[in-house]
Amino acid sequence: MKAPILEIRNLHARVGDNEILRGVDLVVYPGEVHAIMGPNGSGKSTLAAVLAGREDYEVTDGEVLFDGKNLLELDPEERAREGLFLAFQYPVEIPGVSTATFLKTALNELRKHRGLQPLDAMEFMNLMQQRAALVKIDPAFFTRSVNEGFSGGEKKRNEIFQLAMLEPRLAILDETDSGLDIDALRIVADGVNALRSPDRSFLVITHYQRLLNYIVPDVVHVLYRGRIIKSGTKDLALELEAKGYDWVKEFAEVTA
Amino acid sequence: MSEQIEQVDVLEQLTSEDYQYKYGFESAIEEEIVPPGLNENIIRLISEKKGEPEWMLQWRLQAFRYWQQMKEPHWANVHYPPIDYQAISYYAAPKRSKQPRSMDEVDPELRRIFEKLGIPLHEQEMLAGVAVDAVLDSVSVATTFREKLKSMGIIFCSMSEAIREYPDLVRKYLGTVVPPNDNFFAALNSAVFSDGSFCYVPPGVRCPIELSTYFRINARNTGQFERTLIIADEGSYVSYLEGCTAPMRDENQLHAAVVELIALKDAEIKYSTVQNWYPGDKEGKGGIYNFVTKRGICLGENSKISWTQVETGSAITWKYPSVILKGDNSVGEFYSVAVTNHRQQADTGTKMIHIGRHTRSRIVSKGISAGYSNNSYRGLVRINPQAENARNFSQCDSLLIGDKCGAHTFPYIEVNNPTAIVEHEATTSKIGEDILFYCNQRGIDTETAVALIINGYAREVLSKLPMEFAVEAQKLLAISLEGSVG
Ligand SMILES: Nc1ncnc2c1ncn2[C@@H]1O[C@H](COP(=O)(O)OP(=O)(O)OP(=O)(O)O)[C@@H](O)[C@H]1O
Ligand SMILES: [Mg+2]
Repeated sequence: MKAPILEIRNLHARVGDNEILRGVDLVVYPGEVHAIMGPNGSGKSTLAAVLAGREDYEVTDGEVLFDGKNLLELDPEERAREGLFLAFQYPVEIPGVSTATFLKTALNELRKHRGLQPLDAMEFMNLMQQRAALVKIDPAFFTRSVNEGFSGGEKKRNEIFQLAMLEPRLAILDETDSGLDIDALRIVADGVNALRSPDRSFLVITHYQRLLNYIVPDVVHVLYRGRIIKSGTKDLALELEAKGYDWVKEFAEVTA
Repeated sequence: MSEQIEQVDVLEQLTSEDYQYKYGFESAIEEEIVPPGLNENIIRLISEKKGEPEWMLQWRLQAFRYWQQMKEPHWANVHYPPIDYQAISYYAAPKRSKQPRSMDEVDPELRRIFEKLGIPLHEQEMLAGVAVDAVLDSVSVATTFREKLKSMGIIFCSMSEAIREYPDLVRKYLGTVVPPNDNFFAALNSAVFSDGSFCYVPPGVRCPIELSTYFRINARNTGQFERTLIIADEGSYVSYLEGCTAPMRDENQLHAAVVELIALKDAEIKYSTVQNWYPGDKEGKGGIYNFVTKRGICLGENSKISWTQVETGSAITWKYPSVILKGDNSVGEFYSVAVTNHRQQADTGTKMIHIGRHTRSRIVSKGISAGYSNNSYRGLVRINPQAENARNFSQCDSLLIGDKCGAHTFPYIEVNNPTAIVEHEATTSKIGEDILFYCNQRGIDTETAVALIINGYAREVLSKLPMEFAVEAQKLLAISLEGSVG
């Protein structure tokens, strides 16, 4: 088997005195899709933010290897250039910067990092058009400021469009399904499935088993109070859907 | 709560890096400086040094008497310790500088200063097709491209020269747009102005190249009081650009300029400024006090005046380039990007005074504040009773970087004719930690992210600059915000 793309060992992180991640262990291999579920406030977004390098969180213990490299010592932009992508739970609006300009800048930064020439305007437009079709984004969005005035669902879809453009090795989707209507959910899931490949991995954070019907995960984890308290196959998601979280919380009590 | 603290820390970091003002060198050039202080004798001395006719001296003395009656204005949203006008020297000139007849006569030392600033004075180097008048401290040291312009009847020379050689034109127009008693700083300028640029474009002539003046304050403890007068005769066109820099010094230096523009029937004047006076250090020590009166009059019908400014420098900016729309169907425009960082303060905007019928004005102001700076837009739109069918559109946007800076908008609108249509729009946005992190997460570093956002934000104004300068201005914006973006 190939070496893992992501190895998280005993990760602890806090904000001020509030310890949010309290010993996360997780190993993801290339090509795998892992789902992370868990009650509100359990630390899912925090885990995503720590992996992406948000400075608000202080890592107090543990280590994270990304493709064998120490992820935690890299700046957020270096992590992105190494191939880590986060589809935000709450994408921000960037006034005055068109989606095209934004993505062109981003893509060329990644290419530079990989020792590739920047794409010229034509190549870039072609790529945009091709990837937009994947998530059924209207090309009219290219000239609009990033996320400005987008509906909640449009913002989420734009995240997946960016994912398709930037072709990361590990994509973290933080509740990309919430706020999507049924058709949009399908479109996003189809887009993600089209982007699945033997050397691309996904961490899919979600509250709903429904998404996992479309994007079928290899592993499902339950994060609770800053720890992964149970992992299983896709059937675990079904079980959670039926029974809620109480019965798994008992595992936390036992292992605490 | 702790999230708040963390955010502040990051922005603190971003705004604390040392800002490198690349024009901050001081030139060891020998200068003749009159002793500090202001009285009638000093004014006589300045006038005499410049070989001025009697009427000019009398005009100055009259202005000085007005000034003595006036009080320094304090209505602007800027704060600074009292200025001691008797401690300032009102005249400094590079020695050995007889007015050069040709480029080869320009003192090589002076030439080096301007070359260091990236302003080549050699005509053969002027591939961009820009005629330059270079003003160091109180005197104009070189004007390029004169012969070519002269053959078209265009006069472009230093103000001192214009007073000697074209006294009728100067007498006819000087002080007609900004009268000596207009305001405190204009009165001061009228009394002591040392040099500046003069331009006259004859009827029907389109000036084929950009005219440009570079102002440089070099000497210590001196003020710079330049005076610019531009007249576009009927059906003519001229585009003019002004750039300014100064050495880095701990003390504040006063710059009180007056610019007057006159557009006759069917004429158009485009006046652009890239203002980059030394802004002071990050604690707010030193820097230029930039108290400037700029005003144009659309005297004839169908005339047009447009001001474009990119303001990145100065410790304090007090400046309201304005247009009096007197001729019917005349048009006034004001496009501005004003950046303040660290402890800089800017109170800037415009006045559009509609007098003629069917007059139109457009105001686009983009303020950018970072660090602990304060950036105010102050604008007046006045529609006089006889101004039938006047139109104004104003767009005033503010962009904040971090949360210790301030942005303020003071629009004054006076409409005295019911047929007027006046529209005002304003927005405020912020480049916060969230946006920067989002960009970082896509592989874009913070500095590039800020430049990207600033350029998008300022695009409408930058696009109004002459092409050669738009790129420069864009770089300048990025540089002035360098300290704010880590
Ligand atoms: N910057 C912060 N400052 C203070 N507390 C924080 C911060 N970020 C997260 N927390 C706290 O950490 C806990 C975990 O938050 P997180 O957003 O990671 O949860 P989540 O699992 O993503 O929840 P949800 O399912 O609601 O999205 C919450 O109690 C939250 O209030
Ligand atoms: Mg969350």
